[in-house]
Amino acid sequence: MSAASTGPTGALAVGDVVAERTVHLTRESLVRYAAASGDFNPIHYRDDVAAAVGLPGVLAHGMLTMGLAIATIESWVGDTGRILDYGVRFTKPVVVDPVSGADVSIVAKVGAVDEESARIDLTVSFEGTTVLVKAQVRVRTV
Amino acid sequence: MPVNPELVGRDFAPTTPYLVGREKVREFARAVFADDPQHIDPAAARALGYADVVAPPTFAIVVTDATLQQLLAEPDSGIVLQNVLHAEQKFRYSRPIVAGDELTAKLAVTGIRAMGAAAMVTSESEITDAAGDHVVTATSILLVGEGDQ
Repeated sequence: MSAASTGPTGALAVGDVVAERTVHLTRESLVRYAAASGDFNPIHYRDDVAAAVGLPGVLAHGMLTMGLAIATIESWVGDTGRILDYGVRFTKPVVVDPVSGADVSIVAKVGAVDEESARIDLTVSFEGTTVLVKAQVRVRTV
Repeated sequence: MPVNPELVGRDFAPTTPYLVGREKVREFARAVFADDPQHIDPAAARALGYADVVAPPTFAIVVTDATLQQLLAEPDSGIVLQNVLHAEQKFRYSRPIVAGDELTAKLAVTGIRAMGAAAMVTSESEITDAAGDHVVTATSILLVGEGDQ
């Protein structure tokens, strides 16, 4: 049995993949996140505003990417009260095409283990480029 | 550097309490593709020992919005929203946010570092519950550019 099916209290080895998925974002996803979060910056839903400020297109909210990334590991974590901390650096934008949307892929691997916790490293990519750097979750394992 | 360095250490009032609603938690969970039952089903949350549905980890950012507004409202801050880029975000948890929580955030600007014409502004929002106990601290690093519009 792999670590992926044992949860955070099972035997964990650095490099184990604990979860992965691909999330398909559409413009509807961005409008939904805007409403849920209260972040109505128009660069996340208006092509004209995005173009006017020099962006390559309408972008996903960084906090949407951060949120969907950690949700990838929740079924492995179980009780989300085990999550001790979570941090990311936003490096590249996720451009969401009005017709084809955007696919964001997440791979969650064990990055480090100590006596009480494990560090899960999230690799979050869009069109083959990493969009979050140092996306790390520390999960209590006892 | 456009940002006023005297923001560091300035005392900000705690925000008006934010009451976390069950439907808001469900709405936010759906928006971040968090479909675990603990966010949606009160019975699943109770089975884990919580009083009601559990908010996804990044829900804390919703509660910190009021502190961002405080920062933007300082007349001498030099910070204009359209010049702000979110560079880094971190959350440190004592416990998850749960529907029914009444949460208050206290802002502190902990660092301002010049980066050419821009500035990296580090702020911490400490979120506590109605009993005054720590729930989560949200640390944001904003890259603030120049411009006065």
